[in-house]
Amino acid sequence: MRLSGRDIRCVRGGREVFAALDFEASSGEALAITGPNGAGKTSLLRLIAGLLTVAAGSISLEGGEAELSLPEQTHYLGHRDALKPALSVSENLTFWRDFLGGETSDPAASLAAVGLDHAARLPAAYLSAGQRRRLSVARLLAVRRPVWLLDEPTNALDTSGQSLFAGLMQDHLAHGGLIVAATHAPLGLPARELRIGGAS
Amino acid sequence: MTALAALIRRDIRIALRVGGGALIGVLFFLTVVVLMPFAVGPDLALLTRLGPAILWLGALLASLLTLDRLFMADHEDGSLDLIVMSRTPLELTCAAKALAHWLAAGLPLVIATPVLGLLLNLDATATSAVALTLFVGTPALTFTGMIGAALAVTLHRGGLLLAVLVLPLSIPVLIFGVAASEAAITGPLTFGAPFSILCALSLISFVVGPFAAAASLRQGLD
Amino acid sequence: MTLIDLANPTRFLSLTTRLLPWLAAATAILLLIGLYQSAMAPDDYQQGATVKIMFIHVPNAWLSMFVWGVMSLSALGTLVWRHPLADVAAKAAAPIGAAFTFLALVTGSLWGRPMWGTYWEWDARLTSVLILFLMYLGLIALWRAVEDPSRAARAAAILTLVGAINLPIIKFSVDWWNTLHQPASVMRVGGSTLDRAFLIPLLVMAVAFSLLFITLHLAAMRNEILRRRVRALQMMQVAQASQRPA
Repeated sequence: MRLSGRDIRCVRGGREVFAALDFEASSGEALAITGPNGAGKTSLLRLIAGLLTVAAGSISLEGGEAELSLPEQTHYLGHRDALKPALSVSENLTFWRDFLGGETSDPAASLAAVGLDHAARLPAAYLSAGQRRRLSVARLLAVRRPVWLLDEPTNALDTSGQSLFAGLMQDHLAHGGLIVAATHAPLGLPARELRIGGAS
Repeated sequence: MTALAALIRRDIRIALRVGGGALIGVLFFLTVVVLMPFAVGPDLALLTRLGPAILWLGALLASLLTLDRLFMADHEDGSLDLIVMSRTPLELTCAAKALAHWLAAGLPLVIATPVLGLLLNLDATATSAVALTLFVGTPALTFTGMIGAALAVTLHRGGLLLAVLVLPLSIPVLIFGVAASEAAITGPLTFGAPFSILCALSLISFVVGPFAAAASLRQGLD
Repeated sequence: MTLIDLANPTRFLSLTTRLLPWLAAATAILLLIGLYQSAMAPDDYQQGATVKIMFIHVPNAWLSMFVWGVMSLSALGTLVWRHPLADVAAKAAAPIGAAFTFLALVTGSLWGRPMWGTYWEWDARLTSVLILFLMYLGLIALWRAVEDPSRAARAAAILTLVGAINLPIIKFSVDWWNTLHQPASVMRVGGSTLDRAFLIPLLVMAVAFSLLFITLHLAAMRNEILRRRVRALQMMQVAQASQRPA
């Protein structure tokens, strides 16, 4: 499987964020997007996720499932965690498992993998910022998608959370997945770097 | 189907739990209806004559009030991004969200109608006519209102803008809803004709609403 | 037993555990006596047996206003004295007050049916009670809108006090609006003209319903305290477990 972008130009609010950008990532590979604030790291992720449209150029996934589009084979972990405080931890996760569909695994096991199994029946409102992030990560495990788009994934995670997440990412790569992450901090695993925006 | 059922279950659950706004709509409906006699006077004969119109206006405003949160909550916490990316067609997702919203916020208005009919001195026939027309007509309000809610969320504006966008669209529903109720009470028109048109308006909104809402969500994402 | 002792929720719980059975028993006995006396009371020469609705209606109407008074005191307790049980008392009272108000409305409407020929007349008294009911529902909606009870408490306290100041104004306005439109008052149950045969059962019922309120209120306060403890324990459980290495 190979995710590639050719000559991408991104315009937001009438302002050109970046232009003539090329990138490429294959199965088992992580691509770390770095660059100063405002360089368009989040915009690039949202372009790949189909949440923004490219002004020029193209993004494609080769070797994926033919009848599914790129966004449909993609997990997007953004700044906002898509959790409902009124629902319990497991209700939140079960909803996304049922709604996103496809190849899924047991929500309880996913919760255990991120260390939230003890809180499964409690309202998500009680979670701290780091625990909310862990619950979002559990979504990536409960539903299988080959492409992971991660926006500052280690934000709000403590050191044990960061190493836990690094392990989960390595598992994903080992199973033939691919990761594109916008990040300031090191991901904790070998990754190709794509630097966008002007000189640091 | 699992995806849509899960979405409907989730939205209804959120609406009914602490912080959810489902029953606030009914309270608003009740308050609007109670305010009317203070404006027009406590003359029961007059209230009986105005009753269907008052109930319909109250239900219209109440359903508009709760529409604000239809997409806004999902937009604010990022759920909308994931919903747009999912394998379920966005049109079906929009229809499911509107259905869930109607079950949690529209249906209670219909159920509250007999009590409010009592306050306006409507007899059993009149009350059931109004309740029946609301039962058929409020889905149209939700499904057309959804278009406004989708537009408002992509513009990051809610509240009054939504009201200005949606109210003109709901005029036909109001006309035929009140006409059918009054036909059942006083004549001279038959109940069937305006009621059939009301049903038709609802059916049209089931088709147009989800497509227009999905299109505006897709256009406006950023 | 001073107010300071009661301030401790644990003491409050143990005290009410002992008190509640007695209160419940007293309420039941007084209600039975009151109902028996009401049933035995003579029919009114104008209204017939319908007048007996009064024995239920008047205590409910009285309590609907009394409970708002209790909530206003609790609101002062929350805002001024920061009494730890004050907002528990306010929160527990709101649904009970709404229930009494609702019963006052329903009985008033049933009473009105044979007199007016309709279940509802925009009579000054009934209308004021209806507005009071709407205010109770608004208050409950406010409590329900915010998940954190201590944050909701201050907002609810302010609304309760504003309501307490506004209620007489609303009552006055409704009276004025009503007399403007229909000069003759429909219902007239003057306290002084009431015969002893009606007065005694009415007083018994009023005391019985007040006891009912106290019993329900204490029980609801217990539930609220326990609910908050469960919440605190759950939050501790969530926080602790994340310390554990995953």
